[in-house]
Amino acid sequence: MSENKKKNSDSSEIEKIVESSRREFIKKAGISGAAIISGAAAIYAGYRHEKAKHPKDTIKVLTQDNRLVEIPVDQVKDYKPGVKVFQTRGREGLKGKKWVMVIDLAKCRNARKCISACQSAHHLRPYEYHMNTLVMQESVNTPAYFMPKPCQHCDNPPCVSVCPVDATFKRQDGIVLIDNERCIGCRFCMAACPYSARMFHWQEPLNANADKGKVYNIELNVPQKRGTISKCLFSADRLRDNILPYCVSACPNGVYYFGDENEDAVTNGTTKETVSLKELLKKNGAYRLMSELGTKPRVYYLPPKNRLFEFEETGQEKNDKTI
Amino acid sequence: MSLKSDQYNKRLNTISEDLLRPVRINKGFILWMVILFSALAICLFAYTVQLRKGLSVTGLRDYTSWGMYIANFVFFVATSLVGMLISSVLGLIGVKWIKPIARIAEIIAIAFAAVAGLVIISDMGRPDRLPYVFIFGRVQSPILWDVTVVTTYFVLSLLLWFFPLIPDLAVAKTRLPDRPSFLIKVYELLSFKWEHHEEQYKILKKAVRVLLILIIPTAFAIHTVTSWLFAVTPRAGWDSTIFGPYFISGAFVSGTAALIIAMYFFRVNFKFQSYLTEFHFEKIARILVLVSIVYLYFNLNEFLVPAYKMKKFDAIHLKELFTGVYAPLFWGIQIIGLVLPIILLLFRQIRKPLPLFIISLFVFAASWLKRFIIVVPPQAHPYLPIQNVPAEWHFYRPTPIESAVTLASIILVLIIITFLSKLFPVLPVCELAEDENIVENQKEEINLL
Repeated sequence: MSENKKKNSDSSEIEKIVESSRREFIKKAGISGAAIISGAAAIYAGYRHEKAKHPKDTIKVLTQDNRLVEIPVDQVKDYKPGVKVFQTRGREGLKGKKWVMVIDLAKCRNARKCISACQSAHHLRPYEYHMNTLVMQESVNTPAYFMPKPCQHCDNPPCVSVCPVDATFKRQDGIVLIDNERCIGCRFCMAACPYSARMFHWQEPLNANADKGKVYNIELNVPQKRGTISKCLFSADRLRDNILPYCVSACPNGVYYFGDENEDAVTNGTTKETVSLKELLKKNGAYRLMSELGTKPRVYYLPPKNRLFEFEETGQEKNDKTI
Repeated sequence: MSLKSDQYNKRLNTISEDLLRPVRINKGFILWMVILFSALAICLFAYTVQLRKGLSVTGLRDYTSWGMYIANFVFFVATSLVGMLISSVLGLIGVKWIKPIARIAEIIAIAFAAVAGLVIISDMGRPDRLPYVFIFGRVQSPILWDVTVVTTYFVLSLLLWFFPLIPDLAVAKTRLPDRPSFLIKVYELLSFKWEHHEEQYKILKKAVRVLLILIIPTAFAIHTVTSWLFAVTPRAGWDSTIFGPYFISGAFVSGTAALIIAMYFFRVNFKFQSYLTEFHFEKIARILVLVSIVYLYFNLNEFLVPAYKMKKFDAIHLKELFTGVYAPLFWGIQIIGLVLPIILLLFRQIRKPLPLFIISLFVFAASWLKRFIIVVPPQAHPYLPIQNVPAEWHFYRPTPIESAVTLASIILVLIIITFLSKLFPVLPVCELAEDENIVENQKEEINLL
């Protein structure tokens, strides 16, 4: 019995301990549960509060596959295409376009604004040309005139045929580009070009230091690189953004028309007037430079007739002129 | 060896003694190499300047963008063609007297073809991107064709030099005990345990014959393709349909001149008077006349036909050559380097070693300058006028750095030729020993002339 009693007292003692630990547990669980709930409530309240505070902090964005989506503003990052993206899209060109340039020689007064705009866009020295204005004279009896000369972006380009490494290439939109990440500097393309449209970086390019670290844009050919070719690009970077080329928009005299042959529309860079390409060429007796070579240029010239100004030339051009 | 007659062995004894005598590393050889290598070091320093500063250290600019380097490249490819002319063209039709000079011609071919490849690298704006030619190569570009055929020609020439050398190396390794042991080791290694067995000779002859045939189209290809680097462009002065044969015929002239210069040098310096005899000089002089006449004929076609028509841009180019700034060079080359040698060599007294050697020096120098005339002037007058550029862009003048880099290539050629001719027998020992009474024969033939 006494043993039984002892057992009883033992068990009640144990019960006591169990009781106290159960109480402890409920207490702890209650506290932490309350803490979690109140914490979550606080976070939720904060979230609600934040949500209520800036209800319009998202932005609508058009994706590449033409879907309109909404994303929070703080998740928006500026899109910086890497060299690979530039290279891929730069080699492909703009679908459905056939760029064409028309140069009205009757209007050119040798203002050379096209040249300086081009040189500043492409980081060139004053005597490094993608585009040069030449004094031309067919014979002693015919009048001299100014002729802006960009790359002719031939449809049968001799430069592209001879390039050993596919550094210079023809795009689907008609533009001939140069990849100075690829060019080995053999200058075969210079030898092959009958228009002398290409230049070579014999020395360190003009902005070599300032351009260091910039992502190479094949459609702008910047940064320029020593030991590689550079050339007129028809301002392929601007065409991607639907803007007229640097030279075309810089001309003060309305010399340049630029546009898409497929649309039969060219826009004058000065007057911004858009006209029919076919009409323009037909009305003015357009021609292409040395078409007898079979290069099929994409640049058309309108002959220098009915000029509204006197022809003046500077000393150096007089010396350089060959008849 | 056992299969050969006693007489053959006797001849082999005297011939190998004569021909292997200069094969040694003596003071003269070392001194000559020291001079060549120090000169090369100075010239290569000039190239490092070009690497640091870019091609702006040359006289090249946007209009004349190919100059001395490309002219030198064309010249080297041209000169290397003599290997094919002597060994294959003359060898296959059974001309016997080319035996002692065929190997000299191959050595010239190897040296010039090998260095031609390096010369083209010195002209590149980005030599570090040379691998791109193999990685991104486009089959449309004549540069790809050129790279392919020049390397092929170099390898074939090397084999054509080496195969007939194997028996000679076997002779050399046993008969030159006093030479440095590493040289004997090299001979032993390269002679592949040659035993002068009849069957071995048969196989060797077959192999050489295959090479002789293969090398003909390859040689024509290297210089035709080199001419196409120019002829495929629409430029007045380059835009010519006969540029391929014009270049090939010119190549034979410069190559033959180079061969004669080398022959004379070995005759005098190596004391080979009884092997490279007056008879051989008499014969090779006739070859020089023949190839010069063919080249003169192509020159007539190349210059006279456009000069008759005087199309606008051809006229500008031709006037520069005939009466303009390049006239002294042009007429000097044509008269001193082509017409006069033909006339002079019609006289038997001039077809002696020394006068022939002197004439060949002029022909050789004129050949180099002719490549300059072919490459440079057509670029000075493009279809559209050169305007609004610095005055010095109008006329190309090579700079000292450019000349030094070009000189480096010539020194490199000399180094290769010296190595191949001083460390290995330069005349074919075994082949000459096969010929009975070789020395007497030659004397007789001279009397017949």
